[in-house]
Amino acid sequence: MHEPYYDVVTIGGGPAGMAAALGAREAGADKVLILERDRELGGILQQCIHNGFGLRRFQAELTGPGYAHRYIEMVEKAGIDVWLDTTVLATAPGGAVSCVSPTGGPQTVRAGAVVYAMGCRERTRGAIRIPGSRPAGVFTAGAAQRMVNMEGYLPGHDVVIIGSGDIGLIMARRMTLEGARVRAVFEIMPYSNGLTRNIVQCLNDFSIPLYLSHSVVAVHGHDRVTGVTVAQVDSHFAPVPGTEFELPCDCVLLSVGLIPENELTRSAGIHMDSVTGGAVVDQFRQTSAQGFFAAGNVLHVHDLVDWVSREAETAGQSAARFAHGALGGTGGALAVSAGAGVRTVVPQRLVPPTGDEKSVRFYFRATQPLQPAILALHADDNVVWQRRLRVVKPSEMVVADIQVATLFQGAENLTFTISPATE
Amino acid sequence: MGGTEAWSVPPRADVVVIGGGIVGAAIARELSRYQLSVVVLEKAPDVAAGTSKANSGILHAGFDAEPGSWKARLNVRGSQIYAQIAEDLGIPRRVIGSLVVAQNADEMVTLEALRQRGISNGVVGLAIWDRDQVLAHEPHVSPEIAGALWAPSAAVVCPFLATAGFAENAVRNGVQIVTECPVTAVETEAGAVVAVMTPRGRIETRHVVNAAGVFSGHVSRMAGDDSFSITPRKGEYILFDKAVSHLANSVLFPTPDKISKGILVSPTVHGNIFIGPNASPVEDPEDQETTPEGLAAIVAGAQRIVPDLPVQAAITEFAGLRAVAGKDFVIGPSPMVKGLVHAAGIQSPGLTSAPAIAEVIVESLRDTGLVLRPRPEFNPTNPKRPKFIEQPVDVQAALIAENPLYGRVICRCETITEAEIVAAIRAPGGARTLDGVKRRVRPGCGRCQGGFCGPRVTAILARELGIAVTEVRKDSAGSRLFFPRSQGAVGENEHA
Repeated sequence: MHEPYYDVVTIGGGPAGMAAALGAREAGADKVLILERDRELGGILQQCIHNGFGLRRFQAELTGPGYAHRYIEMVEKAGIDVWLDTTVLATAPGGAVSCVSPTGGPQTVRAGAVVYAMGCRERTRGAIRIPGSRPAGVFTAGAAQRMVNMEGYLPGHDVVIIGSGDIGLIMARRMTLEGARVRAVFEIMPYSNGLTRNIVQCLNDFSIPLYLSHSVVAVHGHDRVTGVTVAQVDSHFAPVPGTEFELPCDCVLLSVGLIPENELTRSAGIHMDSVTGGAVVDQFRQTSAQGFFAAGNVLHVHDLVDWVSREAETAGQSAARFAHGALGGTGGALAVSAGAGVRTVVPQRLVPPTGDEKSVRFYFRATQPLQPAILALHADDNVVWQRRLRVVKPSEMVVADIQVATLFQGAENLTFTISPATE
Repeated sequence: MGGTEAWSVPPRADVVVIGGGIVGAAIARELSRYQLSVVVLEKAPDVAAGTSKANSGILHAGFDAEPGSWKARLNVRGSQIYAQIAEDLGIPRRVIGSLVVAQNADEMVTLEALRQRGISNGVVGLAIWDRDQVLAHEPHVSPEIAGALWAPSAAVVCPFLATAGFAENAVRNGVQIVTECPVTAVETEAGAVVAVMTPRGRIETRHVVNAAGVFSGHVSRMAGDDSFSITPRKGEYILFDKAVSHLANSVLFPTPDKISKGILVSPTVHGNIFIGPNASPVEDPEDQETTPEGLAAIVAGAQRIVPDLPVQAAITEFAGLRAVAGKDFVIGPSPMVKGLVHAAGIQSPGLTSAPAIAEVIVESLRDTGLVLRPRPEFNPTNPKRPKFIEQPVDVQAALIAENPLYGRVICRCETITEAEIVAAIRAPGGARTLDGVKRRVRPGCGRCQGGFCGPRVTAILARELGIAVTEVRKDSAGSRLFFPRSQGAVGENEHA
């Protein structure tokens, strides 16, 4: 069977896949292909009809479909091939990508380099183990968002939201605007997991209460949800006896976190970061497998799509350079670790700079809220760089560009820490 | 409702089977070998809606039950005949053996008693293993254990697919399964059954099989037989991600206590592992709520056998009810009502025993006057439905060429194609609900638990059944999933 060749293939046509494909094109890749399982490009952006996208990337406040549309136009203009309705089943060393579609059947594409851009999925009820019955009316917030915004149906009229992730906050407002009653949002942590602007615009503006350190301890109902039992939790997240109360509702939406979608990456045997849930990558977003790159939410869950686009552009450019033999493999890497106060850091490895780049951009997530804080880089035992941060929240990424000269001073280990700053 | 289903029941039948669980379905299929009109009445929208969908899915070797009991006889017979049945009906089954783990010398004594009992029951291949033998086979079992009883014949099946397999074959052989059809009365005259009443009409019949699971005591009393009653006993389970499947290679039981076989750790036929069940008597025969105490108890129980079991790898949890009538099954003609035959109080090992129960019940019906003339056209097999992802590339290409829907992957966790989902809906006795599709072909059984594919499967169900999306149900009759948007805004955001 004929196996078509492309310099760069991106798996996924969401914001990361499109930006990576464009990055590859800019860096000189002639033949670029996007493989997308849905029937249109844009990924999850297509169901995010609220605004707030693109402030950094386009200096404009766009809706999700609006942001996607700008990229779709660029992809079309750049002459990038797109295969829709196509699911990738496996990737193999050397750049063989096996995929399947109703019109093309099973096919193998040969790629000079591959960018994983499959995005992420939502954590479910099972993952957080909410006891009770299993009636209709319990949905992840993203699935509910798709039904309301794309299919035109309501998942319920009387809603309780578990978890204060951004999709849950957005859906609190969306369901209210659709005429549903949103009773409350319950967050098990002592702080919110969503962006501050979403707390203000989606909850406070609609007088929807947010209960911190509270957890739904049971779901009730046989056919449809009829209510939930809620309790306050202690510092070990155990329900505090005597604090339980019941709330009637016909719908429970879950917004309890996102998990990078790494079935393909894992089955390719690529080295994973157990905290981010994504691959371990270097500053070029190359994984432990030569010629395989990763970017966007498949690599680590981002707070803003603007960062996804930016990161994916880097990955796509690097993939094009690899395909042309201008970027080396994965050897000689320096480990970057998350120290005290840092939950995740990406990239987790640095390879020797190839010459033209002046700085490396790092993305962090903090373990706990701090105000103010110090982000510091330790080279072996010495602090070689630090920055004061006005406020740090686990829900918001910290982004820092650090000079190549600072990073490569001969140290064997690089560790980042986030610690409280004195006023 | 779908356009293809009959709303009314037939006016008369040779046999009415009450209950579309594993027992009712196996009996219906056994009866379909003969020239009879057989109707199965199921109150839920799908078969296997009660105990049959939420149990351990284990085909037990048969060493637990008291020699001479129904449980002992039917378990061993069932275990022997399942291999052929699974082949014929397309029921996935894996023979993986079981180990009853002893924590100390006292429990080792119990194991020897179990082994002797197993020999009396006719179980072959039983062996007592020492600690090192167990650890060689099961490296993740606690090194603190003393030894185990090995039973090589134990197997796992998917209990839902087993029920659906029997039901499909029964329908292919002329049985009518009427879902969403609860029995409201069993009419008798002069102490003999004459008819069964349902909201969809009355069925005249002289033979009623009571296979109503946790409701079998209720059905029996409807007919005027109060010779037994059912206490539902709840068992809770946790299912784990395939990432931790290496933790158990065979079914791992603790040494049993007087109430149950205890909390076990076992692979599923699909390659996940699960833990459970606990055993708590409940009043409400619909109580399938999991509880924090119950879940904590099964985690603690499972970790006695496999200490490294990571709780965070759980993907879902569920509870099921077992129908407990006493120590043994209630099998055979009612002592009080002529024409009523019980297959009741079927708790563990009911899944294993079901095909053997079916044989015994058919003999009971013959004994009570039912004439059994073999149907020469009886076909014991269901057609094979290919799993796309398991096929070699040339077969995949041929499947897609024949039906392009094989090329569209709907469930990305388990790689299920649209063609497989459509086939599950169109099969005789096929899926009518979201959970019905999920249980037959597994979209929504993976890590995302339907978060991604749920809306897509809902749309496929609506299309195939010719109903509105708002009519699609999760599971039970009242479990509609979605409502129309109230503000008349439908369409403004629709994508072409």
